[in-house]
Amino acid sequence: MIAEAGLAALWLAAALALLQLFLAFSGTKGGKDELLGAVRPTAVAQGLLTAFAFGALITLFLRSDMSVLLVATNSHSMKPWLYKFAGTWGNHEGSMLLWVTVMGVAGAAVALFERALDRATHMATLGAQAAISLGFYAFLLFSSNPFARIDPPPPDGQGLNPLLQDPGLAFHPPTLYLGYVGLSVAFSFAVGALLTRRVDAAFARAMRPWVLAAWVLLTLGITAGSYWAYYELGWGGWWFWDPVENASLMPWLAATALLHSVTVLATRDSLRAWTIMLAVVAFSMSMVGTFLVRSGILTSVHAFAVDPERGSFILALLALYIGGALALFGWRIGSVKEGALFQLASRESMLVVNNLLLSVILGIVLIGTLYPLMTEAFGHKVSVGAPYFDRVAGPLALALMVAMAVGPLMRWRRDELRLVGRRVALPVLIAVLLVVAMSVFAAGRIGLLPFLGLVVAGSVGVASLLPLWRRKLWRTPLFTWGMVIAHLGCAVSLAGMASDSAFTTEKLIAARPGDTIRTAGWTLRFVSITPVAGDNWTALQADMQVDRGGAPVLIHPQSRFFASPPTTTTEAALLTRWNGQLYVVLGEEVEGGRWQLRVWWKPFVTLIWLGGGLIALGGALALIGREKRGWIGKWRARRAEV
Amino acid sequence: MRGWLIWTPFVLFLAFVGLFASGLFKPDDHVIHSRLVGQNLPAFALPPAASDRPGLTSAQVATGKPRLLNIFASWCVPCAAEAPQLMALRQAGVEIDAIAIRDARPDVDRFLARYGNPYARIGLDARSAVQIALGSSGVPESFVIDSKGRIAYQHIGDIRADDVPMILDRLKAAQ
Amino acid sequence: MRLLIALLLLAFSPSLAAQSALPPAPWANRQIPDAAKEAKAKALMETIRCLTCQSQSIADSNASMAGDMRSQIRERIIAGEQPEAIRDWLVQRYGDWVSYEPTAAPILWPLWAAPLLLLAVGLFLVRRRIGGRKRS
Repeated sequence: MIAEAGLAALWLAAALALLQLFLAFSGTKGGKDELLGAVRPTAVAQGLLTAFAFGALITLFLRSDMSVLLVATNSHSMKPWLYKFAGTWGNHEGSMLLWVTVMGVAGAAVALFERALDRATHMATLGAQAAISLGFYAFLLFSSNPFARIDPPPPDGQGLNPLLQDPGLAFHPPTLYLGYVGLSVAFSFAVGALLTRRVDAAFARAMRPWVLAAWVLLTLGITAGSYWAYYELGWGGWWFWDPVENASLMPWLAATALLHSVTVLATRDSLRAWTIMLAVVAFSMSMVGTFLVRSGILTSVHAFAVDPERGSFILALLALYIGGALALFGWRIGSVKEGALFQLASRESMLVVNNLLLSVILGIVLIGTLYPLMTEAFGHKVSVGAPYFDRVAGPLALALMVAMAVGPLMRWRRDELRLVGRRVALPVLIAVLLVVAMSVFAAGRIGLLPFLGLVVAGSVGVASLLPLWRRKLWRTPLFTWGMVIAHLGCAVSLAGMASDSAFTTEKLIAARPGDTIRTAGWTLRFVSITPVAGDNWTALQADMQVDRGGAPVLIHPQSRFFASPPTTTTEAALLTRWNGQLYVVLGEEVEGGRWQLRVWWKPFVTLIWLGGGLIALGGALALIGREKRGWIGKWRARRAEV
Repeated sequence: MRGWLIWTPFVLFLAFVGLFASGLFKPDDHVIHSRLVGQNLPAFALPPAASDRPGLTSAQVATGKPRLLNIFASWCVPCAAEAPQLMALRQAGVEIDAIAIRDARPDVDRFLARYGNPYARIGLDARSAVQIALGSSGVPESFVIDSKGRIAYQHIGDIRADDVPMILDRLKAAQ
Repeated sequence: MRLLIALLLLAFSPSLAAQSALPPAPWANRQIPDAAKEAKAKALMETIRCLTCQSQSIADSNASMAGDMRSQIRERIIAGEQPEAIRDWLVQRYGDWVSYEPTAAPILWPLWAAPLLLLAVGLFLVRRRIGGRKRS
């Protein structure tokens, strides 16, 4: 019954999306206000129905209802409840339902809470949002129905892949999807503004909070995914430039650029066409990412793991929406007036540099990711991996960091280079000192890119705090704090990355219980190997006492065996200290009762994710700050009326 | 000027969609073929992998007559599945040599006793060194070696029953 | 996200279902005592693509063939071979595909030209907005 109710809710939501599109379109065309009045309630109802459908699927997973095909193929009654719950979106159909749900709920939120936008653009935006949702409803209902039944139901399910049985699954995909789909709101705004031709500062101010929210969630999702891969895969890597990772990075890069260009548009009424373009590009990157992951054209090793029907469905949606938006852009943008021009020495020109560099990095990631596909068309198989991306995107990212540090220290409209020079004197001094210090102490031991990374991280970290210099901290607006914290987060994250690649110590060793291992100031006493049992796994566990002079700590790296489906995973033992992480992995048994161990000491590696968290926090503060200002303004206006 | 600039993203997008569509509809094998096809077999000398067969050197594969060089392992399931086809090829008069990857003699003996032994010689490649030197990417694989000792053809994956005539043709062509 | 690929691999790869029971090759999981040589070997291994699990480098793959490749690379580095020579040797066997580091093959030239081209186009576009126009 629950499954049928969920399916019915989906159909109903799809019908409402169609209605919403019709109401918004014909209401706007004919100027019929009574039709437009129904648009917002329709959007809200649609959001509620999708939330209901998603709730139904979660219930089915929690109840282990094996008569539902999706549950039977992706869950198991013996699984801990958290993974039953998170397993809802650990598969294709469930994740697409999550996508549609987020889209529906975001649409409802735009209908309910968006007040800054003029009515015509608001209605056009909701119409565009309904049009996008329709495509995804069709995709779900016609080619990936999550509520399909199986008859007869199997006695138990096939289980969820053990690699996914991790709290990370509960957090990482939903946040990433919230971010992906949040960008659809920015996209709808852009389409709406193109339709009404009202691209101006007010439009930018209305769009900004939605972009910020999506960007914060994307940042969190990527940070969480990176940390998850770091501890789950057991090789100490935190970013692999894998196509699927790139697919999540590209929307983030576009959203970051959009976030900054929308600020220029809101403050200086400039970069109109460019901001619209970025909003379209950001969501198209979300869709390209989804396409790459779901079609498997780049990653899958075995052709039958891929469903070409699904791939072509997403490709058709991509062509329809993005192609349509770009065509609309070409058609309409000529009639959108160019905004104000600006001078070289000004904050807006630094924001343009930011946009330029981010766009180039985005282009590089896109081309690098797709290049193997292009050469394949000529019958030539190539791989583009970390060495290319590091070497090309790395220096550009460092340049971007410098622009990021200087930008907030410059004035809008016009500034004098001499004064800017005075303001950046301290960071420059720090950079020089760092270069000297590292040339003396670490010369020849670390590569050029990590070296530059540490220098830039140090000086940019200080520079990012300078906007607070000589200001009354408690009177500084919240969004300024947000910017400072987000920029600081970038420097912190960069410091972690550079430190990890410059100073990590690796030790591979085969040891037997009783042995002592020494590496990077740590002493590891391998006490014993013991079998342990978990909810749905058994494991061999190494018990180790580790210390670096102080009291020893017990750690337990494991090698886990899951019965359904049969898989072995490694559970790394991570010991976090203020200045780094000890990362220990238990490998296979080798001859003579010895066990393969991998031990890494990674100085300051945690800064990578701490920085990611700071970036997201900064975004959240900026969001609250902007919104609060809006509320206070409204409250004052109301008081003035009284 | 602004006109073409405005339509550039649209045109680029169409190109990407075309690329995606071609990637989607062209069956992609994801199989990495050895680049040594058409070249001489690299030199190697391997110890015996089974109790009743001698080991294998590269010189022994270049005998003036086309031969089949089968890469297999006792721990590999598809290798067991292709055993009947290899027996059929042997019965058709094909000379087959083999390289056992990451294997141990008792295991190979047991495997051959169970699934049949079509091989003239079996070399033991305990560390996949020869496999890598051949540009082979997994087990099972089969190489057709022509009469001059050149690699004429590489078959990736297990030989199915309907592959047998094709393999025989390849061997004939490699005279 | 990379986990999702691993999921595909695990679910559909028959080769992973059975792996050799033989212990790993001598240098598969052992470092070269000479730190400089180990660093060279490690840097090379990180750029060689694993043939069994195709979305990983051999430096971080559990596949037995990746272990054998690591062992062979370390042995060759110990013997004094240069990393680039080893890469070329592997590329001769498996094609440009095996190297995550793009090789100098002509088909990869556009890949290296792309960043410069993008920067040039970007600067051209920006110039139109800033440039010499001194209006505020």
